[in-house]
Amino acid sequence: MLQALQDVQDPEIPVISVVELGVIRAVRIEGDHVSVDMTPTFAGCPALAVMQAEVENRLRQLGAAAVQVRLVLSPPWSTDWITPAARDKLRAFGLAPAPPHAGLIQIMFAGEAICPYCGSTQTTLKNSFGPTLCRALYYCDHCQQPFEQFKAL
Amino acid sequence: MTEPALAAYLLALADDELILGHRDSEWTGHAPILEEDIAFANIAQDEIGHASLWYGLVRDLGGAEPDRLIFFRLPAEYRNAPLVELPKGDWAFSMLRQYLFDAAEARRLPLLAASTHRPLAEAAAKIRTEEIYHLRHTQAWIERLAQGTSESHRRVQAALDLLWPYAVQLFDPVTHEAELAAGGLLPEVGAVKGDWLQTVVPFLSAVTLRVPEASLPAGVSRAQHTQHLTDLLADMQVVARSEGPDVHW
Repeated sequence: MLQALQDVQDPEIPVISVVELGVIRAVRIEGDHVSVDMTPTFAGCPALAVMQAEVENRLRQLGAAAVQVRLVLSPPWSTDWITPAARDKLRAFGLAPAPPHAGLIQIMFAGEAICPYCGSTQTTLKNSFGPTLCRALYYCDHCQQPFEQFKAL
Repeated sequence: MTEPALAAYLLALADDELILGHRDSEWTGHAPILEEDIAFANIAQDEIGHASLWYGLVRDLGGAEPDRLIFFRLPAEYRNAPLVELPKGDWAFSMLRQYLFDAAEARRLPLLAASTHRPLAEAAAKIRTEEIYHLRHTQAWIERLAQGTSESHRRVQAALDLLWPYAVQLFDPVTHEAELAAGGLLPEVGAVKGDWLQTVVPFLSAVTLRVPEASLPAGVSRAQHTQHLTDLLADMQVVARSEGPDVHW
């Protein structure tokens, strides 16, 4: 069932699946009824409703007669849940993954981002806010390329 | 008593976030520089996202659906503090209002995360992780404006003189708040305000701003609003009201 949800992507990051993103928290199957626990990345993320609908559609395609996608908030979603394989895909997409922080987001503010294009750490934060709620804007002083980083959460 | 009283408290939180988010969004396309346009639009979207979590809790406690609460209530039925409905003013005004609000959130959310009402505790813990970015941003702006030029200092001081009494009203207890606090559902009355004062007063003083003494009369009801809220809602609700409540988008 989790394998099937690998086809469902976050429309704002169309290179990794909802499973790799870590937003699918539980899947329960009882006969032909499936219930899924899903958690938002950012509470105001407009992609959430789209992802919910697509999870439901995908499970119906597989023959589920009834699908319930329930939103859960605890524990709060963390960028630490993005899988290692998905981090490589994000880099290839030009989006630097957030470094693991184990809940201590404050320490992230001192650290630099690693450029997803050239791997340099000579980067400058240009804006803590970006084109979507989950991204910050950086500039690579080494390869002189602007890039985005997934904000640590 | 408990559920309606808790719903009333959460409705106040939701309305504060929604109306502030709407005011913030008025800067979209008008902020002084592109980066700030992007940043403030993000903050607006976050606040409206947080409002949606609080409205969801209100519904789960027996309230109406969020869309109905947002688009079909009259101004007198809104429970936001007047602070958030004031027009956006200049950049210093909007940044300072957001800072004062973010600092209140930063103190309130950890206490709400200890609520014995589990859905409330979980939502507070979730929102808290996102709010870290807001406070860092607005605090940096207040420092920059206060210590920038004499003009930026003058503007942010003028904003503080006007906003301070309204900001203090954020902490006026709602009906039955003391009983809810006694039951462990909410923080002790006055706790958030005390923590907030200990955060913002030293910071504002350190960046050479003068915290005013004056305050508005305490105990102003959140049912009392300025004409500004009527104007804001007329704008925000017009499409939903012209189509009616049963339309699906």
